[in-house]
Amino acid sequence: MVEIFLSALTDILSLQHIGFMLGGVVLGLMVGIFPGLGGIAGLSMLMPFLYGLDTVSALALLIGLVAVIPTSDTFASVLMGIPGSSASQATVLDGFPLSKQGQAARALSAAFFSSLVGGVIGAIILTGFVLIARPLILAFSSAELFMLSIFGLSMVGVLAGRSLVKGLSACGLGLVIGSIGGAPATGEFRMVYGVDYLYDGVPLVIVGLGLFAVPEIVDLLRRDRAIATDGRLGSGWIEGIRDWGRNWWLSLRCSGIGAVIGSIPGLGGTVVDWIAYGHAVQSTKKDPKFGQGDIRGVIAPESANNAKEGGGLLPTLMFGIPGSGSMAIFLAGMVLLGIQPGPGMVSNDLDLTYTIIWSLALANVLGAGLCIALALPISRLTLIPFPLLAPFIIMVICFAAFQATRIFEDLFALLIFGLIGIYMRRFGWPRPALLIGFVLATQAETYLYQAVQFYGWDFMWRTGVLIIAGITVGSVILGMRARIDDSGPVTREEEVTDGPRPPVAEAIRRRYPQMLFTLAALALFGAAIHDALGKSFLGQVFPLLAGSVAVLFGGGLLLLQLFGRDNATGLYDTEAVRDEDARPLWSGAIWLVLLVGLTWLVGFILALLAFFLTYLPVRAKAGPVRIVVLTGFGLAVVLVMANALNLNFPGGLLQDAYRLPWPLR
Amino acid sequence: MTSRRAAYLGSAALAAAGMAFAAPAKAEVSFEGETIEWIIPFGTGGGSDTWARFNAPFMSEHLPGNPDVVVVNESGGGSTRGTNLFTQRAQPDGLTILGTSGSTQFPYLLNDPRVQYEYQDWEVVMVAPTGGVVYTTPDTGVESVEDIEALQEIQLTYASQGATSLDLVPMLGFDLLGLDVNYVFGFSGRGDGRVAFERGETNIDYQTSSAYLANVEPMVEAGEAVPLFTWGVLDEDGEMQRDPTFPDLPTLEEVYEMMHGEPPEGDAYDAYRAFNIAGFAAQKMVFLPEGTDEEIVEAYRQAFRDIFEDPDYQDSVEDVLGAYEQVTDDAAMALFDAGTTISDDVRERVVRMLEDDYDVDLGE
Repeated sequence: MVEIFLSALTDILSLQHIGFMLGGVVLGLMVGIFPGLGGIAGLSMLMPFLYGLDTVSALALLIGLVAVIPTSDTFASVLMGIPGSSASQATVLDGFPLSKQGQAARALSAAFFSSLVGGVIGAIILTGFVLIARPLILAFSSAELFMLSIFGLSMVGVLAGRSLVKGLSACGLGLVIGSIGGAPATGEFRMVYGVDYLYDGVPLVIVGLGLFAVPEIVDLLRRDRAIATDGRLGSGWIEGIRDWGRNWWLSLRCSGIGAVIGSIPGLGGTVVDWIAYGHAVQSTKKDPKFGQGDIRGVIAPESANNAKEGGGLLPTLMFGIPGSGSMAIFLAGMVLLGIQPGPGMVSNDLDLTYTIIWSLALANVLGAGLCIALALPISRLTLIPFPLLAPFIIMVICFAAFQATRIFEDLFALLIFGLIGIYMRRFGWPRPALLIGFVLATQAETYLYQAVQFYGWDFMWRTGVLIIAGITVGSVILGMRARIDDSGPVTREEEVTDGPRPPVAEAIRRRYPQMLFTLAALALFGAAIHDALGKSFLGQVFPLLAGSVAVLFGGGLLLLQLFGRDNATGLYDTEAVRDEDARPLWSGAIWLVLLVGLTWLVGFILALLAFFLTYLPVRAKAGPVRIVVLTGFGLAVVLVMANALNLNFPGGLLQDAYRLPWPLR
Repeated sequence: MTSRRAAYLGSAALAAAGMAFAAPAKAEVSFEGETIEWIIPFGTGGGSDTWARFNAPFMSEHLPGNPDVVVVNESGGGSTRGTNLFTQRAQPDGLTILGTSGSTQFPYLLNDPRVQYEYQDWEVVMVAPTGGVVYTTPDTGVESVEDIEALQEIQLTYASQGATSLDLVPMLGFDLLGLDVNYVFGFSGRGDGRVAFERGETNIDYQTSSAYLANVEPMVEAGEAVPLFTWGVLDEDGEMQRDPTFPDLPTLEEVYEMMHGEPPEGDAYDAYRAFNIAGFAAQKMVFLPEGTDEEIVEAYRQAFRDIFEDPDYQDSVEDVLGAYEQVTDDAAMALFDAGTTISDDVRERVVRMLEDDYDVDLGE
């Protein structure tokens, strides 16, 4: 054993190994900072270099790349409210409010330091875990995985916001939208209505960008300030590390959660950050400000998402089943190097396994270190007047959305989910609840069906299932005590309802916007039920159930909006109180509509040009020099990126009619 | 549609005729300074992607003019989207090529309404076969393939990726052998299926050869799995032969003969055979678009002939792709023909089975 440790250590600490790893880290950092690109893009850039390298060097390069992506995507999450990847969606919740308060550098350095610790802790846990992992992983059957997805869903209780009935309706929206596409049990296509795009279901990236990034941008565009509201960068990066020091125990716990959940194949890394976030909310007693910029809301998910990558190595190496997108890339890289994953990785190739695990730890340290160094300069972006920054952010979001399936419909879907996000924000529907429902819909359905097929309904009495069920119940009880939403923690005192009860006609007159949104949600539930009725039993049972329950909650909400007292928790409309210095709600959204609409006509690159040339003089009031410089810069960034990655841009009607050379085609 | 097809075929025939009469001026094909886009209708990191990324640098080295060969992933619609895109967009200039897999062949063979591509329009320049091994657990009382009849008495369970996926092949094969199998769907890959087997949730499974060697063979040695048969490989005469990687294991055809005393034939076997070849023996293929000049096609074939002789290729191919030889020229044509043609009767039979037994609605 000691020999294996030593041989792995010598491999890792050689100068050559560290050099290659640093190469991977720098590349990963450059790619990862761009939301939506992530490891997939990085791999295609690396691939030509892998040939001719020895195995250990090539692995170092790969690991450097894989490790740094969940770290570097934090930049976009914290600074711009754009979830850089599915691993950093929860970070947006508190990270972005911190940026708005001028504390971007602090939030970033706390996040990066948590990533660093998460990565290292993950590796330490794995070092011991790797030898006993096989039976443990096998112990998680479809039954336990189903219960785990229920546990994930129970986080909705914490993230449901002010009004539980609204939170559960939002979760219902997520479940229904998540059930679009092929049914796991029968392959029947649900709610596709002949639209090719819907056959594979809606991509998670689009849902994340639409729900979180678009509403924030649209809101910021209504004002002329910088992201950091008072135009100053407050406490710096050292403060962020001190924050970590004050919450080291939370960070360690979340690292553990990340490593363990990441190592369970099937659940995937997509909910790890939410579970960690929910755990932070539940376990914090002192002065919680979650949703409004609580540093613990950054530390928890960031600790977990780097540890998760380490955990994800286990099923990848031992069974060849990658738990996450980046692990799939890593697996492909391994196969190209001629390494077959399998039980051999813990017997004959154990030294290689340890080399990989510890390289991941080292790469995390290198990556997080670099990111901390970059935190202060990059966080200055939040000081730029937002109208000047906005066209780039809109460009980046569209570019990121387009990476989902690389067709125009991605942008259209972004617009739809952006609208849903804008109205959810306006009417106080908790967006995380939708996202969790969306992510777990397919998993809950698949594993329930498989568990019943394999074990019958007796699966409920398996030990593992009972244990996870117990944890779930505990978490729900804790969740009752501490709920949060966009506007901060929900306290009991606020739930008192003794306001005046207006007559129905008056209620409709004043509250019709939020009622319309509730009605739209109810219509979607109705459509899901209607669609399900035409399917076979196994194809219909899940959407039928989810749709029906959601109708109950949605209906309840509507009744509340019709008959409720004025200060009832289910009532919420940010537009009801006029903000004098804000432009109308549509004035921000119109620019995204413009870019997407133009893309539909003339393709992305020409649309981008026209968009910059319209936006800059009209909205940002930029002078001619600025217009030329900024437009040139925006186009150059996208073109260089796309050229390096061999990307084609989405085409429009123009491209359908004429053949044009790259990059216009 | 039919008339358009006919027009295409007509123009292709004319072009071919024109070529035949043209002076054999050897217009030198060179891709110098060009970038060749290799469309892979699957996402990054999957089997087809890995296959393409393995081959791409060798193609770059051996195609005339050493062009850059880049893999462009256009996934979606169960690989029909990227393939449709290729049909619509690719020019016959040799700068856009397509790599397909069994998952692209199956919807085509089944007349899936999403398919807007026609295999017979394209020029096949390379085919990469693969193979697989079916195994069961000793808990069934089966100690070797000799006991296969005992399996007929048992309710078997198989973890499937879906009735229209590559797992259609084991479905048709088990049906042919008279096995009673409950298919549990919703698995995201053969790796997931194997883990379900290891948990004891299923008792029959198959793995492609490289995954079998790395993951199942240790189980066989530990007495936890019993290999049964392979999908076989197709020789140049279209005969099914034993898989060279597993010379001791019979093919499904041999197992059938063992059980019934005569080789399999009839509709059920034709259906199995057609999809077996499309799914394994002719799993991955490289195509040039319709109307590509013969010189360009020949340049590609020559490049593959050279690649197969390249010692660097020979050193690494087995580690990455398994012990199956990628082929070009006539061998590729034979596999292409067998893997992309199916009689209407057989198609009808399979579509009806999918509709009646598995609620698959292929639609129109």
